[in-house]
Amino acid sequence: MKPYRRPISPLWWTKKTSYTLFVLRELTSVFIWAFLLFYLVQLSHLAQGTDEYLAFRDQRASFGWLLFHIVALIAAVYHTVTFFNVSPQAIVVRMGEEKVPPAFIVGPQYAAWLLTSVAIAWIVLR
Amino acid sequence: MARSKNEAFWWSLFAAGGGLAAMLVPVHIIVNGIGEPQGWVSPAGIRDLVAHPLAKLYLLALFSLPFFHCAHRIRHILYDFGLRGMPAPVAIVCYGAALLSTLWAVSVICSL
Amino acid sequence: MAERTITLEVFRYRPDSEQEPTFQSYTVPYREDWVVLDALNYLKDETDGSLSFRWSCRMGVCGSCGMMVNGTPRLSCSAFLKEYYPGPVRVEPLANFPVERDLIVGIDDFMNKLKSVKPWIVRDKEQPVSEGEYRQSPAQLATFKQYSMCINCMLCYAACPVYGLQPDFVGPAAIALAHRYNLDSRDQGQSLRKEVVFSHEAVWECTFVGECSVVCPKDVDPAGAIQQEKALGALDLVKSVLMPWGSR
Repeated sequence: MKPYRRPISPLWWTKKTSYTLFVLRELTSVFIWAFLLFYLVQLSHLAQGTDEYLAFRDQRASFGWLLFHIVALIAAVYHTVTFFNVSPQAIVVRMGEEKVPPAFIVGPQYAAWLLTSVAIAWIVLR
Repeated sequence: MARSKNEAFWWSLFAAGGGLAAMLVPVHIIVNGIGEPQGWVSPAGIRDLVAHPLAKLYLLALFSLPFFHCAHRIRHILYDFGLRGMPAPVAIVCYGAALLSTLWAVSVICSL
Repeated sequence: MAERTITLEVFRYRPDSEQEPTFQSYTVPYREDWVVLDALNYLKDETDGSLSFRWSCRMGVCGSCGMMVNGTPRLSCSAFLKEYYPGPVRVEPLANFPVERDLIVGIDDFMNKLKSVKPWIVRDKEQPVSEGEYRQSPAQLATFKQYSMCINCMLCYAACPVYGLQPDFVGPAAIALAHRYNLDSRDQGQSLRKEVVFSHEAVWECTFVGECSVVCPKDVDPAGAIQQEKALGALDLVKSVLMPWGSR
């Protein structure tokens, strides 16, 4: 008598919210990669001279580009939040018999995120 | 079954790139993706900034490691979407694309 | 007032008489203090003696009554009907496993995987009983105690999409148990286990969906164990590059 193997639908990740959120988390990488490539194009125009830089920069001021960057920002922030929030599972710090509470692992990461973000924004925009 | 040092290597790049992307990418999207085209950044200022060796080193890290982070995630999501039958070609395409992206980043950064 | 009832939609598979599984609806009395397992036992005693399922302790310790309840892996002895009232409650065998009959799944694959990680204390040289026990401090015990709470109920495998898509995957419980022994101060078997744990089919297959830890009835956190083993695997790589002579 043969055991029955249940088929798995290619759409398995739509069947449960947690699976869908997992796939969205993984797909943030597509937006991050795309943003970095587009920014690299901007830098390569900068290398060619101020006129080339300004020509491409002004092109990027369009609504379509703005929309892309807003979506990419949402994706990147989702990546950051999910990355930090699961870190206490991967990083275990012990003090004697006790585990250091998750907030003490996650908190400093958010603080560092805020500080580096402000520092980078200040350096670039000053 | 045997220990896979290759997988340990790719995962290390994934983890390092993931952390770096988490810390740095959002602010760069705001400043360089949204702000720069609106004129928040002076062309002369950005030119001087990226000419600094430390800035170049920073840009190298900002681009290279996250590329491999993204490649690793895309490789695994492609497996999950049904390409499990051909693990090697998927891996080669994903990491190969990350490598090409990185080489391009190196050439752009060197030309700044 | 008429007695309240609830409908159970139960997965049936009778390999002796049918090729494909079907769902059968049963109506059972609804009681606030009944769990899904109570309803199944009521059905078996009162309605349909042919219904097959595994169970033993009725108190969340033995790990044999795991089933999909409305699509989520649960111990049917701790899934209360009132969580699902007014129903219907869909009861299926644990996902990702081959179905032997009705709600019973084949566990050979899981048992082999458990064994593959050598889930026991490995010593380079066993010391004679006359020298006494291997002593351990409370702090040393605390490092692995959480991972020793596993009851092998396999809910984590049913929750893991990677295991579903890639049956070779060693999987959450087995890796968590390997981690438990690797962390044990009395154990010296880490170098033996790493051939399995750091293999392509084990930690590197995991994409940290995290559902294994969500469904675990004993808060073992297998997902955490796997990520910690990944970090150890990366460290192992660094060591083998920097000190190739020291790598066992």
